[in-house]
Amino acid sequence: MISLRNVSKWFGNFQVLNNCSTEVAKGEVVVVCGPSGSGKSTLIKCVNGLEPFQKGEVLVDGISVGAARTDLPKLRSRVGMVFQHFELFPHMSVLANLTLAQVKVLGRTPQSAQSKGLKLLERVGLTAHKDKFPGQLSGGQQQRVAIARALCMDPIAMLFDEPTSALDPEMINEVLDVMVELAQEGMTMMVVTHEMGFANKVAHRVIFMDEGKIVEDAPKDEFFGTPRSERAQLFLSKILHH
Amino acid sequence: MFGGFDFDVIQRSFAYLFREGMVFTVTLTLLAMSGGIVLGTLLAMMRLSSHAFVSAPAGAYVNLMRSVPLVLVIFWFYFLVPWLGGWVIGAREPIKVGAFWSCVITFTLFEAAYYCEIMRAGIQSISRGQVAAGYAIGLNYWQTMGHVVLPQAFRNMTPVLLTQTVILFQDTSLVYVLSVTDFLGAAAKVANRDHRLVEMYLFAALVYFTVSFAASYAVRRLQSRIAVIR
Repeated sequence: MISLRNVSKWFGNFQVLNNCSTEVAKGEVVVVCGPSGSGKSTLIKCVNGLEPFQKGEVLVDGISVGAARTDLPKLRSRVGMVFQHFELFPHMSVLANLTLAQVKVLGRTPQSAQSKGLKLLERVGLTAHKDKFPGQLSGGQQQRVAIARALCMDPIAMLFDEPTSALDPEMINEVLDVMVELAQEGMTMMVVTHEMGFANKVAHRVIFMDEGKIVEDAPKDEFFGTPRSERAQLFLSKILHH
Repeated sequence: MFGGFDFDVIQRSFAYLFREGMVFTVTLTLLAMSGGIVLGTLLAMMRLSSHAFVSAPAGAYVNLMRSVPLVLVIFWFYFLVPWLGGWVIGAREPIKVGAFWSCVITFTLFEAAYYCEIMRAGIQSISRGQVAAGYAIGLNYWQTMGHVVLPQAFRNMTPVLLTQTVILFQDTSLVYVLSVTDFLGAAAKVANRDHRLVEMYLFAALVYFTVSFAASYAVRRLQSRIAVIR
């Protein structure tokens, strides 16, 4: 479904991604972790072309993201993305946030977009808030709306860029619950997160990155059992024993 | 103190001052504001482009307009626009534009440079994450601008845009160089006809002050009401 082949990226002289290759199969849940500045957010943003890259190839459902002739907006409309800071549109109601791209990009009628939006709002448990503005919701609620917004487009895969890092501790679980449910339904997911509990519960594979390189790319049990690289062992010991 | 003055002249010329003069001034202000904001927004989007061949012309235009005195621009355009228009449509004679439309075009083009800088700040005030979110759900550049960035930028910048419009309202008085009957022009004509210079110019100043001050006050009130909840 998603494959990255020898992707490299530079910001000026600084290399943020160094020859990264991996695959995410249909229905697979892959967690990407690593210390901050290791390039994991950049990597995931290369998948839907939000970050351009200079070398290598990214294929989503067989379509090359970096190719000049690729219709990026169309490709992005098929891949959902959830951001660390939610990025709901603050000047629109919750429901309008959910319907905007359905109408403008997919060409659905406002009525069908609304019923789809309401269905997904119900799924994340926020139907009562449909007419509120994002600023009136808590962080956890906003992130759930953001997930619903992405799901409205009937995506073939979902990308999560540290979806719980900006949340108060007591709100993390309400978001993770939605993500776990999604994973269990067989959604293809690539998740940048430090939530190792989530990784342990639903991930099929864990990718560990450091200094722009994919240091470890292993099945979940193997990763948590005996990580091969020293760097990953150190990282795990630091975030698991606090 | 005002014993030697004849303020009755104001009452006598009231209809002329407001029905002709003020209507011209306000119409010019509103048209130039609308055109200026539209053009200024386009210029701002151009200036923020990552392609130098798009951003450089916009930058040059803005810097040129901001470095030339408005009076000169008004004067020049009055003579140039008919020729330019004729050249554009391929006519042999300069087209008849008239003082009013010449003023509208001049002020639109001139104020666009200032509105551009305001809108540029407005667009830059929207976080990159919002743009990324727009792109991520499949919107293209124009849709992201139109539905995500610009509505928020306008809202953030409305007070500044309106304040600039108050300045524009005062600046329109410079059309006197074309002997056009705007509010100040009308006042000047009455003043000269009736030899009541002090009375008329005092009154004109008072009217400009009152309108501008009231508008600024309204802008401040509006500012607190329209802020986006974050």
